[in-house]
Amino acid sequence: MSALSWIFPLCGWLLAPLMVGVINRVKAIMAGRRGPSLFQLYRDLFKLLRKGSVYSETSTLILRLAPAVILVCVVLATLILPWGGLPAPVSFAGDFILLVYLLALSRFATVLAALDTGSAFEGMGASREVLFSALAEPALMLGFLVLILHTGSQGLSDISSGIGLADWQNSAPALSMVALAWFFVLLTENCRIPVDDPTTHLELTMIHEVMILDYSGPDLAFVEYASALKLWIFGGLLVNLFLPLPFAKPCLQAGVFILGIFLVAVLVGLTESVMARLKLLNVPKVLAGSAALSLIALMLKLVEYYQ
Amino acid sequence: MMQLYLAGVMAIVLGGLIALPLRNGRLSFAAACAGMLVGAVLTAIPAVRALWGVFPLSADYHWFLPGAAFSYRLDSLSAFFCLPVLLISPLALIYGRSYLRSPGRRPGVHWFFYNLLAASMLLLLAANSALLFLIVWEVMALASFFLVMHDHTDAEVRKAGWTYLIATHVGTVALLAFFAILGGSAGSLDFGRIAATQHGGKSVALLFWLALFGFGVKAGFIPLHIWLPEAHPAAPSHVSALMSGVMIKTGIYGLLRALLLLGQPSAWMGWVLVIVGIVSGVGGVLFALAQHDLKRLLAYHSVENIGIIALGLGTGVLGLAWQIPALAILGFGGGLLHVLNHAIFKSLLFMGAGSVIHSCGTSNLELLGGVIKRARWTGITFLIGSAAISALPPFNGFISEFYIYFAGVRGLGAATPGPVILAVCLLASLALIGGLALACFAKAFGIVFLGEPRSELAHKAHDPGWMMRLPMLLLSLLCLLIGLLAPLTLYLVFPPVIAMAGLPAIFDSTPFQLTQSLSIIAFLLALLLGSAAWFHLIRRSLPRGRQESRTGTWDCGYLKPSARMQYTASSFAAPITGLFQRLLCIRKRGKPVEGYFPASASFHSDTPDAAKEGLFAPLFRLAERLIAPLRKLQHGNLNGYLLYIAVTLIALLVWKTVVAR
Repeated sequence: MSALSWIFPLCGWLLAPLMVGVINRVKAIMAGRRGPSLFQLYRDLFKLLRKGSVYSETSTLILRLAPAVILVCVVLATLILPWGGLPAPVSFAGDFILLVYLLALSRFATVLAALDTGSAFEGMGASREVLFSALAEPALMLGFLVLILHTGSQGLSDISSGIGLADWQNSAPALSMVALAWFFVLLTENCRIPVDDPTTHLELTMIHEVMILDYSGPDLAFVEYASALKLWIFGGLLVNLFLPLPFAKPCLQAGVFILGIFLVAVLVGLTESVMARLKLLNVPKVLAGSAALSLIALMLKLVEYYQ
Repeated sequence: MMQLYLAGVMAIVLGGLIALPLRNGRLSFAAACAGMLVGAVLTAIPAVRALWGVFPLSADYHWFLPGAAFSYRLDSLSAFFCLPVLLISPLALIYGRSYLRSPGRRPGVHWFFYNLLAASMLLLLAANSALLFLIVWEVMALASFFLVMHDHTDAEVRKAGWTYLIATHVGTVALLAFFAILGGSAGSLDFGRIAATQHGGKSVALLFWLALFGFGVKAGFIPLHIWLPEAHPAAPSHVSALMSGVMIKTGIYGLLRALLLLGQPSAWMGWVLVIVGIVSGVGGVLFALAQHDLKRLLAYHSVENIGIIALGLGTGVLGLAWQIPALAILGFGGGLLHVLNHAIFKSLLFMGAGSVIHSCGTSNLELLGGVIKRARWTGITFLIGSAAISALPPFNGFISEFYIYFAGVRGLGAATPGPVILAVCLLASLALIGGLALACFAKAFGIVFLGEPRSELAHKAHDPGWMMRLPMLLLSLLCLLIGLLAPLTLYLVFPPVIAMAGLPAIFDSTPFQLTQSLSIIAFLLALLLGSAAWFHLIRRSLPRGRQESRTGTWDCGYLKPSARMQYTASSFAAPITGLFQRLLCIRKRGKPVEGYFPASASFHSDTPDAAKEGLFAPLFRLAERLIAPLRKLQHGNLNGYLLYIAVTLIALLVWKTVVAR
């Protein structure tokens, strides 16, 4: 745990809202608009932090405590996220399990806060969120299993430094399946098209934005920032499949990592632009499909492993 | 030392006996409670000695009848299972005092059976001969049956009680066969002698299935779980807490003891346990999601958690069979730790449910809502229990599931495909179970405690008195404490793990690595709590952070949504139950909304237990048809029964002297 490694989460905390900016810019360009500034989310957050807040009369202390819990879980999860070959400040065998469960705790807080308002609309969002995440979790876990089998390490930092561009030469099929499965998990967990539409607060959007309808002021800022960080984490997991580059200096690696994350953002933006939202009934099928993809990757790995 | 243990058990029974004839509710409770507390302290001392001591405690009392030796032995495995009994029994007893508002004409009867149940569980754990084990097993079953039947004037309760009685006896039949075969081949009913005997391959398979069936009924493996969702809602809440938190674990204890008696296990037994674990885990949580009754929901969650425990045990057995100590240590360790953790949070949740029922008079989720505003302490402790049972950090459920996840990951080093398949089973099923459990407890807590009251009944909610509140607070504190002191849990489970996994476990490096990971986790969990509080303070100290205004919930244009417009428990679970419709067979009936001006509409849905409706109901109907002619033998005439005994004895004598020679 060196002092230098704390720079990475710090950079993540600073840059995460920019990732959302990139997605929105890509969507705007694809739609032929100019779009908001890349730094729009930073402005929104600062503005919200200076406001007071409005609470529903139905709500209790759950709604008031939830933003802090949601944010702190995601912030702690960034401490576990490595940057390609550069280890995270906190790394231990089995740390990815904690990562998954920290995200689960933040989801639990979000869902309960949504139910705390007593709104039918928010209850509906909460109900869908718990289903989709329950189905996304096995896909995520099985993906980790493939990587553990590939690298022989059990901590996220070791896994990510043991897997890089060089490995794509001989295990491209398995790795690309994991990447595809995780990309869909990213879209699901961050409520992006084709699972959910993050653009509006009304009929189009069905899951995440619905659940946070009753937040205002600093609470909304906390929750929006937490979802930006969550996007950063899933983007980071995806980029870690490709890094480290062989024979590159650490600062170059870090630069490439940030570039990679913004590439993921561009990819998300493109996906959102060219696809329509799936029928909600079809989302579970796609999620089961991505779990199956991870499983096939695992079998490929198994064959490779015991040959 | 062992004498002290037996004296403690005696004290508990004695407390119950004194309470039995007393007609004064307060006096009879005082007697039972005093007996329980004295007994718990007395038994705790030898239990702790046996858990961490080098040698097991034992005592033998011979009797003149053949096979009827009273042989007691307390090793680290038994001592570990004593912990939940000693922890939950007194707490649930104290809780029960205020819960039983109308204890009936004979309040002592209830407390007598309660103490008898606790004492029989303690005695069962110390039994070292098959006959004693079976007798105590039967006492335990009967005591709990009478506790379930507390409200026997209610027809539903009577039905639930009979279901339980039949289920437990069907299990006992298998156990009787199990011990008879074992005793026959070993020539003795003493556990020590049985364990020293080598058993042949085919008979081991039969014995394993018998033990799995017999103990599985008590533990609640699917499809043998049918009595749990009947008996737990019918029983008073403190009894459900004790039965669901502790008593069903005697099934797990029995299974572990049976494995020890059978000697070196084979890999297929481990796979059977893993499959049973996956089926019970996923099935339990899915059926829980489809329930409208809070206590039925919790009962199905017991099935789910027993499934997780079985996953751990199966992993441990596979570790033994493959000789991978890491799997054995982490599998048994995780399973055993989950036994303790489940005892803590499940009793907590049943007590919370009891407090809601106590004040509102219903356990129907669709009639509740907004309870946390009226019963703050119940709400907070139930929230902690919900987070713990969903395996969320920083609570104890996460720690025991981490053991089992870690087993999957650590087992991968071996050069055979077995551990990889096991890892897939563990990671995928635990992730799915975890996600669905989160959904279910978001539903249970969210619908009961949050939002607005859905009926008049929910308006009556209030916090219970301190005697009910204190056990809940203590248990929620324990949930948090075990999470924050995660590395120390290894000290707790390591002695019984060595008893199960044998010598290779001592020299393995796994405990060291586990401690390393758990220490960092514990640090991060403390950091989680600290920074959550810090973030909240920051949020409050923002320029206008304390400025609050209040208004109605924003419902996209409806300014004043009514309580009836809220999402219900059924609608919350509908996407998930719809996805698994084939499995759940939800029955829906009612009159749909028709036309532009619908006059009246209704909707009703319930989810019968698939195993009960599809498997056991036809089976029992068939059995009834076949056995009905035998009813003539049951005429109620005492002389006739004496004749039966005499005839049987003569027949046996003839068989022994003529045929068997």
